[in-house]
Amino acid sequence: MADATLRVFRGDREGGKAVDYKVPVTEGMVVLDAIHSIQAHQSPDLAVRWNCKAAKCGSCSAEVNGRPRLMCKTRMDSLPSDQPVTVFPMKAFPVIKDLVTDVSWNYKVNKKIPPFQPRPGVEWKMYQPDVDRVQEFRKCIECFLCQDVCHVLRDHDKKEQFGGPRFFVRTAGLEMHPLDGLDRTRMLKEELGIGLCNITKCCTEVCPEEIHITDNAIIPLKERVVDEFYDPVTMIVRRIFGAKKI
Amino acid sequence: MTDASKYETHEHDVLIIGAGGAGLRAALEALAQGAKVGVVCKSLLGKAHTVMAEGGLAAAMANVDKADNWRTHFRDTMRGGKLLNNWRMAQLHAQEAPDRVRELEQWGALFDRTESGDILQRAFGGHTFKRLCHVGDRTGLEMIRTLQDRGVQMGFDVFMECTITKLLTDGDRVSGAFGYWRESGRFVTFKAKSIVIATGGIGKSWKVTSNSWECTGDGMALAYEAGAELLDMEFVQFHPTGMVWPPGVQGILVTEAVRGEGGILRNKNGERFMEKYDPKRLELSTRDVVARSIYTEVKEGRGTPHGGAFLDISHKDAEYVKRKLPSMYHQFKELADVDITKGPMEVGPTCHYVMGGIRVDAETGQSSVPGLFAAGEAAGGLHGANRLGGNSLSDLLVFGRRAGLAAAEHAKKTATPSLDNAQIEEAERQVLAPFDRTDGENPYTIHHDLQDVMQRLVGIFRTDEDLRQALAELEKLKERAKKVRVEGSRLFNPGWHLSRDLQCMLTVSEACTYAALARTESRGAHSRLDFPKTEDAWGKKNLVIVKKSGAMTLLEVPRGPMPAELTQILAEDQ
Repeated sequence: MADATLRVFRGDREGGKAVDYKVPVTEGMVVLDAIHSIQAHQSPDLAVRWNCKAAKCGSCSAEVNGRPRLMCKTRMDSLPSDQPVTVFPMKAFPVIKDLVTDVSWNYKVNKKIPPFQPRPGVEWKMYQPDVDRVQEFRKCIECFLCQDVCHVLRDHDKKEQFGGPRFFVRTAGLEMHPLDGLDRTRMLKEELGIGLCNITKCCTEVCPEEIHITDNAIIPLKERVVDEFYDPVTMIVRRIFGAKKI
Repeated sequence: MTDASKYETHEHDVLIIGAGGAGLRAALEALAQGAKVGVVCKSLLGKAHTVMAEGGLAAAMANVDKADNWRTHFRDTMRGGKLLNNWRMAQLHAQEAPDRVRELEQWGALFDRTESGDILQRAFGGHTFKRLCHVGDRTGLEMIRTLQDRGVQMGFDVFMECTITKLLTDGDRVSGAFGYWRESGRFVTFKAKSIVIATGGIGKSWKVTSNSWECTGDGMALAYEAGAELLDMEFVQFHPTGMVWPPGVQGILVTEAVRGEGGILRNKNGERFMEKYDPKRLELSTRDVVARSIYTEVKEGRGTPHGGAFLDISHKDAEYVKRKLPSMYHQFKELADVDITKGPMEVGPTCHYVMGGIRVDAETGQSSVPGLFAAGEAAGGLHGANRLGGNSLSDLLVFGRRAGLAAAEHAKKTATPSLDNAQIEEAERQVLAPFDRTDGENPYTIHHDLQDVMQRLVGIFRTDEDLRQALAELEKLKERAKKVRVEGSRLFNPGWHLSRDLQCMLTVSEACTYAALARTESRGAHSRLDFPKTEDAWGKKNLVIVKKSGAMTLLEVPRGPMPAELTQILAEDQ
């Protein structure tokens, strides 16, 4: 088979540039294979994260031809062969080196979310139909591609006010757990800033696990916030009887 | 003279190396005991190889098959391991696994359910009953996420993307560890009263492997260098079903759950060949048997176009397959252009797991080095000569917890150790040496050649001649690795990282080959063409590798007698 040209970002926090590499393409090859080939034969210090090579760990996120993708799942033969394949690091996070970005902010946001707390005296019985919708959220492999593509983070860099799709998915998984007894609505509004999301569905489009992030996680959570904080009846009741939960 | 304070230093009661299932479960238990806990891992938190575990977690909960109990699980595990297992570990494992599963559920894990609302269990190779608690085919992800989130909330210190290159000792006990940040290349030291090794396996020494870049045997090599013993290193599990095509995905795991859900193996002539090799258990025979069967079919000319066997689940309802095996469906569709609801997969054996590991006390996970503990794949004993599918995730939980508990207790009665500057200086010199060389080889080339040697000569079937040749080749590779050279800076430099991991891979590869040569019988995953029989005399001893006067030394260690109660269980049949 023919060679492909990969145009890979090489650089660090100080800056960098795209460098072209010629890589022999084999049958069924994915972009991550091509990156490994560059490491083994041309540039051993090319930095990239990866683990499972089977779309289960969410480590090899990058922007391939401008689109946030898992490199292990992106077949070379799905990309135009008459032009260089560009491979750049995720734009929403600071570059450490080459394709490796600093995603530590995500781990900080995760800490803000109160964990699963079973209702007192609960019986440990759950039924598949109730579990199904939560299992969808728990498929998340934390590739952070949804965070990368979200314009609130990518273009407006509102990392101080906004948690991002990944953590709405995580919160939805807790809030909709059949046996969970906590209410995280105030946290969603005030700490994760869910109101900043204007449901453009970019996150859903890039999710490699095909989680319906917007429809199944974000919108129902937004509804809970609206019900609790903006429902006119609740607001009147609250004004009269105080702010206790009704 | 190096001063320890020259480097960033962290101090803990319990330091855990590795953040897969065993490391995280150990951390949670040590935290529960009030210990200050640090967890070091080579990748980001939540990316450890445990996320790749697919089929499930074996525990005799009897939710589906009411007759199941710990005794049957114990017997299945011992028989699967060809009775070479540490019987006490197999007993504790079978007895405690159900509680560990319930605990996970109480921490928020969501398993698939039975109609009556309990945790659903599926069939798996070598298990008498439907025993594997699962979440579709992503059980490991559910487990690691549950443990990770609980740990973050309970408050352990996590040191992500940090590689430990040396265990430090104070007299005969461990005192801490030396390593580098993968991101910056800066050095870091850890001071700890107890250390738990939970670094997983060694599969990256083979060419066709289901293991990620992390599985380079670091913990075993570190423990060996610190004086600990390695047990049963000859037993390496080749999972029968890895992908064989396209080339880039060769070795990637195809979960045993495909067979658990009714998948059938056929050769190119359409014959259901397991009828020949294990007519009773067929596809749900143990992994050693199925792997050898596929290998034999291919070798005798009945393989598929890409040199494997056909594995077919397409006779099941398409929606059912997508629901129970979603990641297999996507994996084949996207990477191999195969729709598994319509046609067969092509599969073949892939290096998957090492039964051997650091020799530990069954109750506590303590190694022969005071203060040094091990759990999970890095520890040996539980699985004997062959591991049953599903017994790994339960192993991580049962013995992760036990090691964490014992490590915390050890820390309580131990004074803060002091770090030895000379050891730190030596560790620093070793790690930096590849930068100083002006000539020498690229680490990727040496790694490639190591994988070739282990794949060719220390694979599924072994002979005296091959193993001796492998040892000779490993000597040459060790010499080449001493002269390895890296380019670039210390900033996130994979070539440099590999040059260090390579040392660990060479140590564990040599231990494996050495033990494989010594064991002149066939048992479980260790198949000798020149010694095809299982010998009673070999069933009475384990092989142990230890460093003596700087050299790798092999010891035969007699096995203690099994208590009458357990002997009785083994004698019972269903």
